[in-house]
Amino acid sequence: MASGVKPRVKAPKSAAAGEVVTLKTLISHPMESGLRKDGDGNVIPRSIINRFVCALNGETVVDVKMEPAISTNPYFEFEARVDASGEFSFTWYDDDGSVYEASSPITVG
Amino acid sequence: MKANTLHFAALGFAAALAAAPALADENAELIINGEIEIVTRTAAPAHLDGAFDEILSGWRFRSDETQSMEMDDFDNPGMIWVDAAREVWATPDGSEGKACADCHGAPEDMAGVRPVYPKWNETAGEVFTLQMMMNDCRVNRMGAEPWGTDKGQSIPMEALLASVSRGMPMDVAIDGPAAETWEMGRELYYTRFGQLELSCASCHEDNYGNMIRADHLSQGQTNGFPTYRLKNTKLNGVHSRFKGCVRDTRAETFNPGSPEFVALELYVASRGNGLSVEGPSVRN
Repeated sequence: MASGVKPRVKAPKSAAAGEVVTLKTLISHPMESGLRKDGDGNVIPRSIINRFVCALNGETVVDVKMEPAISTNPYFEFEARVDASGEFSFTWYDDDGSVYEASSPITVG
Repeated sequence: MKANTLHFAALGFAAALAAAPALADENAELIINGEIEIVTRTAAPAHLDGAFDEILSGWRFRSDETQSMEMDDFDNPGMIWVDAAREVWATPDGSEGKACADCHGAPEDMAGVRPVYPKWNETAGEVFTLQMMMNDCRVNRMGAEPWGTDKGQSIPMEALLASVSRGMPMDVAIDGPAAETWEMGRELYYTRFGQLELSCASCHEDNYGNMIRADHLSQGQTNGFPTYRLKNTKLNGVHSRFKGCVRDTRAETFNPGSPEFVALELYVASRGNGLSVEGPSVRN
């Protein structure tokens, strides 16, 4: 179980119709690779965020599969075209089954 | 004749060293989140006695990419620790059941604290760094265990207190009761240590702007501490940085929290009086 996990999102609150906006996300997470051993030689179990999805009004913007080589606190910056007002939803899936969610409304006008 | 040529070559090298320092981007200005204006270049304080024409924040010596990471809190990885420290700030600890917030209110109410530390503490009769002051609070007011220097929560908490003072000019007092400690710090700054026989001044006063291996030497200002370093992907305290520098001269170092490093922290901070508080900054 990863502790201190906190998702962060930076997204614009408004955009012109058809505008391409930049979204930034970061989730604080240790991203333990599962390849390291502790002081007694026991393998530290893998604990990573394995999938990240961003959707706008239910339509997928990005869907990312992550592997153990991804470093601590994974950061994603990407773009999305906004045609209508709605809400960005952001979802991170943890190895331990936890799901972290964030959302950010956007107004077209 | 041959000897003459060699002599000229050596002179040429010396001239190159003395030339104007090569800075990453001469004219860029640092504005954080589009609102906090940071002074990264200003007149040197009087006590430097002409050692520098102007003092420069370490930010000016970094590449464009590193510089831009500090311009937005979302891009600044150091802010993760600041957020974590906000929780510690509000969480009661120790036998008195008090949190920082119970006496001090919001972290934002502490704006103006970071720029004046290290500072003389009348009760203790010595110069206190910000971390020593936090531990004084923890032990005497909260009944909690003190944090180790540059360990555990002390760095995130220092980063939180720095972040709320960003944009305010560094202004440590060097006269009055702190003068003796300041003198000791100056003595240390100009003392050559280690097998390489380097003082702080050898690099950060005589050669700032020049390359040290693949990196630009800065003036060694501490206004940006605690500093998020890309090389170890965490926040670094000023005493840990001192230790790393002294180690690199191939000397036995002083320990973080030692009286020597406290004095050096005061002296080095006073060399940056006038530069804005930047912490948590982003550096190589």
